[in-house]
Amino acid sequence: MIQAMNPATPGGKLTFWLLFAPAMLWLIALIIAPHLQLFAISFREPSAGGQTSLGLNNYSEFFIEPLYWRTFARTAIMSIVTTILTAVIGLPVAYYIAKLTRGYSKSILFVACLLPFWVSELVRTLGWMILLRETGVLSGFLQAIGVIDHPIEFLYNDATVIVGLVYTSMLFMVVPLINGFESLEDSLIEAGYDLGGNIFSVTRDIIIPHVMPGLVSGCIVVFMLSLGNYATPTLLGGKNSLWFTEQIYAQFITRFNWEQGAAFGFLLLVLSSAIIWLGLRLTGQRLVDVVR
Amino acid sequence: MAAPDLNVVDLSKSYEGITAVDRVSFTVPSGSFFSILGPSGCGKTTLLRMLAGFISPDSGDIRIGGQSVLGLPPNRRPINMVFQHLALFPNMTVAENVAYGLRRRGVSKAEIEQRVQKMLNRVSLPDAGPKRIDQLSGGQKQRIAIARCLVLEPALLLLDEPLGALDLKLREHMKVELKLLQAEIGTTFVYITHDQSEALVMSDRVAVMNKGRLEQVGTPQELYYNPETPFVASFVGVSNRFACQVLGQNNGEVALKTREGLTVYAAAQKNGSAVSGTASVFVRPEAVLITRDRASVAALRNQAEAKVTNILFDGANSSAILEVTADVSLTVALPQDGRMSLLKVGETVHVGWRSDATLCFAETISA
Repeated sequence: MIQAMNPATPGGKLTFWLLFAPAMLWLIALIIAPHLQLFAISFREPSAGGQTSLGLNNYSEFFIEPLYWRTFARTAIMSIVTTILTAVIGLPVAYYIAKLTRGYSKSILFVACLLPFWVSELVRTLGWMILLRETGVLSGFLQAIGVIDHPIEFLYNDATVIVGLVYTSMLFMVVPLINGFESLEDSLIEAGYDLGGNIFSVTRDIIIPHVMPGLVSGCIVVFMLSLGNYATPTLLGGKNSLWFTEQIYAQFITRFNWEQGAAFGFLLLVLSSAIIWLGLRLTGQRLVDVVR
Repeated sequence: MAAPDLNVVDLSKSYEGITAVDRVSFTVPSGSFFSILGPSGCGKTTLLRMLAGFISPDSGDIRIGGQSVLGLPPNRRPINMVFQHLALFPNMTVAENVAYGLRRRGVSKAEIEQRVQKMLNRVSLPDAGPKRIDQLSGGQKQRIAIARCLVLEPALLLLDEPLGALDLKLREHMKVELKLLQAEIGTTFVYITHDQSEALVMSDRVAVMNKGRLEQVGTPQELYYNPETPFVASFVGVSNRFACQVLGQNNGEVALKTREGLTVYAAAQKNGSAVSGTASVFVRPEAVLITRDRASVAALRNQAEAKVTNILFDGANSSAILEVTADVSLTVALPQDGRMSLLKVGETVHVGWRSDATLCFAETISA
């Protein structure tokens, strides 16, 4: 059996491919094939008389029409803000769970982070709407205690979208950070203090460098999830908060312009990858360390 | 010698009713190598962490040069610590590790560079500066961990079993090296360990700790030859121990008898107090003379005939396990002149040892 599992032997090679086949099939049939199809569609240009020709018009449209690239820039910037906020909140939360709690309370806190994900994202977002709308819980409460004298609409602005996105993304930041903190030996922190460090220098010089791979992988996941999110920005942002995924949706579904939608889809993929590559370069991290 | 550098006064700490450190007091003269020796769980780590400032004591005081340091957090105490697993910062180079404490103190860049290099020279690793921590061997890491503390010129250096993770050969080597380094630099070292050989080889003075209390504080020689408690007698060095009934005492000598009827003569207690009832008798393996002819042991106070049950050959440390009576089994160091090299299991030999090399302690419940 051991012999058969060894990829160096001919029998082992067969075993390896048999085990690998389901993942390979899934990858090809559900991810690569549709993307290749969309990639091909994105270069098609409808012309007079039902004829189609090939060209880059669908892509150049993104750069010519300000609405499109501005929406993308907006989406990217708000996703970056979301990522930073999630990291700032996630770091102390993860530190607390990993280092300052033990046993039962640790499990409880971890489950508390997980719990919101037992509910669908749509329902979670609708929950925020109940809280924040003009006739909602927050507005009502503030009126009741006399802070405001008329109802206020908290929905449909950028801040609300970011709040919703941070909430949705928190788990994906906290989990890699907890792993990072747990592998950090307490004696390293103590040595930092012993040699004259204070809470700031120990955090900056010892803790952050240690959790950096976890932090960066958390940031990548949160950024990608926020950029590609649809329900939260649409429901919480409404008409005032255009999100790039809404543009893609509009092309595919409302305008039935699959060619344009496919081009936007690939632009989103390429541009977000470029932003992540830039982020990795700026923080001096390598992707192989981050995904390890 | 200068004024006592470290004064620990009646220090106590308990966790949820369990006393980890129980009214411990000792003084470490400045510039000396002081070890705290004890089995795991005896409270020595708690004691060390109180000295470093990571744990605050329930009562008692820690004074350095007469000044209490209890109010100071660890980063402001003139005490540095070499951690059990060294705790070198993996994301920094060797030079950055050594420079860490100086940078925290705001020392100028040029001076840091110069002092770090001087320290690296001193620990015989002058070229290690730009290396990463994982490029160092175990012994080199050890030296860097010590250099990282010593560069700050602390009044006191604490070492928490730093040799525990090393293999035997390197550990033997580091023992000598640490002792030489301490003698050369002159910083006060407080070293905790469960390894009695480390404590005996390196220290000027050793405190033996058991169940949160200090059993005895003294030079390694005092602890070895004049243990004051049965715990020290059994923990420091190898000893043969057997239970006896006290028969009587006269002329600074106690006569005892084992259950199987072997009569043993032991030195009376130093403080003159009489021993009665049941007692534990301790004899060092090297204090026992082993021979094939009875005449050689005739002059010794204690003598017996014994059967060899096992031979443990270990070069110069070879020993034999002998059965004297059913309840007395003796480990005896074999003489190094080769006289007993042909000793066989099952052979009958004669053993003898002096009464003043034999210690007895009245049996107490805790011992």
